[in-house]
Amino acid sequence: MTQPLPIDGRFGEFGGQYIAETLMPAVQELEEAYQKYWKDEEFQKEYHYYLKQYVGRPSPLYFAENLTKKLGGAKIYLKREDLNLTGAHKINNTIGQLLLAKRMGKTRIIAETGAGQHGVASATAAALLGFECDVFMGEEDIRRQAENVKRMRLLGASVISVSSGTGTLKDAMNEALRNWVATVDTTFYCIGSAAGPHPYPAMVRDFQRIIGDETREQIQEAEGRLPDTVLACVGGGSNAIGIFAPFVDDKDVALVGTEAAGDGVETGRHACSISGGEVGVLHGSKSYLLQDPDGQIINAHSISAGLDYPGIGPEHAYLHKTGRASYVPISDEEAVEAFLLLTREEGIIPALETSHAIAYLVKYAGDLPKDHIIVTNLSGRGDKDLMSVNEYLEKKEQK
Amino acid sequence: MNRIDAFFTQGKKAFVPYITAGFPNVEATLENLKILVENGADIIELGLPFSDPTADGPVIQTSSFKALEAGFKIDMYFDLIKQFRELYPEVPVVCFTYFNPVFHIGVDSFVKRLAEAGGDAMLVVDLPFEEQSELELPLEKEGLHLIPLIAPTTGNDRKEKVLKEAGGFVYQIALKGVTGMRETVAEGVSEMVQETQTYTKLPVCLGFGVSSGDQAAAIADTADGVVVGSALVNCIDVNLPNYQDKFTSLVKELAEAIHA
Repeated sequence: MTQPLPIDGRFGEFGGQYIAETLMPAVQELEEAYQKYWKDEEFQKEYHYYLKQYVGRPSPLYFAENLTKKLGGAKIYLKREDLNLTGAHKINNTIGQLLLAKRMGKTRIIAETGAGQHGVASATAAALLGFECDVFMGEEDIRRQAENVKRMRLLGASVISVSSGTGTLKDAMNEALRNWVATVDTTFYCIGSAAGPHPYPAMVRDFQRIIGDETREQIQEAEGRLPDTVLACVGGGSNAIGIFAPFVDDKDVALVGTEAAGDGVETGRHACSISGGEVGVLHGSKSYLLQDPDGQIINAHSISAGLDYPGIGPEHAYLHKTGRASYVPISDEEAVEAFLLLTREEGIIPALETSHAIAYLVKYAGDLPKDHIIVTNLSGRGDKDLMSVNEYLEKKEQK
Repeated sequence: MNRIDAFFTQGKKAFVPYITAGFPNVEATLENLKILVENGADIIELGLPFSDPTADGPVIQTSSFKALEAGFKIDMYFDLIKQFRELYPEVPVVCFTYFNPVFHIGVDSFVKRLAEAGGDAMLVVDLPFEEQSELELPLEKEGLHLIPLIAPTTGNDRKEKVLKEAGGFVYQIALKGVTGMRETVAEGVSEMVQETQTYTKLPVCLGFGVSSGDQAAAIADTADGVVVGSALVNCIDVNLPNYQDKFTSLVKELAEAIHA
């Protein structure tokens, strides 16, 4: 059913548990609970029940005929995670984690959020399963993702504004960790990225691998074979690891992640931890990070709040280091163009995060043979991003 | 002999103040270190500012950001310790840090430079027992201690494991939470300290939340030392630029309370 948890909490040299002593017992308790319940039939039954009846799974695998024709190369399939309840893949994970939290006897959950998608998914699962819910969100993200803030509040969550640093995802995660240290007895920290201390990266992967499991079946059904390429955008990397996971052992399937290059990797204003970062330790694990020569973390830059993070999940670091997956930078400009293109060609408004994966198709799919099959994870819908896209286009016009 | 071990052979209670290096600036840090020692500090905890101090409350966060904004670099950190060491050959210095700067510079190189500058130990807040192996050997080679942390959440089995081969002193965290001043000291801290003392022969110093002489005195009844950080850093911050007198009297108040 799944890859086993790494025994020492590591993917090669990456991962680990770099956290305060106060949190160690909580993280170890979580690891035990996770090991136990992931194999528990009742737990799996309940998790899959909600995925089907509540989230609306399986999500379709849609052949994007117009886009394929337009680009004139590879055959493009879109895994429609945007059609899930809450409009993104994040809900797969929050349902899983909160069912676990319930079994662990926790009464309150906290979450960090960038674009607000994980915040909304946490608030939704909290409403469903009866948890008090506090979401930490950077103040810049609260501004640019205002609609999601309203949704979270409507769902009964408190949204706590974080003003330190650049007021984005990294700072939200710092504050969530500080809160967790003080409330660890009653509180479950629901991490949305495939990042954080072990067991989070592996656990988030397992709760997201439903995306890849379904894709595998659906593409077999549609094409009678596995895809040539599986593509997804990567910030912390939860949607990517979810769709990659069941294909990791299929050596003929190329795995491609797109990192947010902001103004361009060469400008220093980007969020490419692999293309422009070095190995380091942040938020509980060892992975690639944007940092200066003194090991101080450098702020990331991306038009997409969900990718605006100076690190990447440790399993992606491992897949990169071993050459199993490749990670490609995509700039703000390329992402916005792809956002507009998919909207007009297919009538699907993708999230700005997802648009980074679509942009890869725009750049490279045309040069690939017509029998090359690419499955792209359409990780979320873009209604939340209309303001950011308009702001971007207005600024561009002024130039 | 490591200066920390030498200090505790005297059988004296330790006043362990923390300040952030580079806050409000490098020159002032050296002056502040002098004020600390001249007014009764026994062991110095010198914080290396980090961009993402996830275990720290608002006071130490702010001091770290201000230090970095003012251009503080790790080279300056080692220089500060070197200058301090020339003035005070015997006073132990603990390097209080997050792991990333250490890892990024290179564990061997960082430890070597710290030892050469005259440091005595490291306390790495986000490096729990399970992750310490890559730092242990370089520290041992240089004769430096890795200060173990014990939290209110640390169970007895874990205490035994963490403290088995530890050196220097034990840092007992008084409460669940980040660093910062609290109006009252958490309940049951004496019991907490006594319990930890049963697992180790090392001195046990308690910190987190201590902000006044009265609190410090109560803790020093059972603990072998008291760590005070945020209260001191805050005293500097709110009284800038002429904080020296108030800072000096707070240091005196704490030292007298602990040594009484």
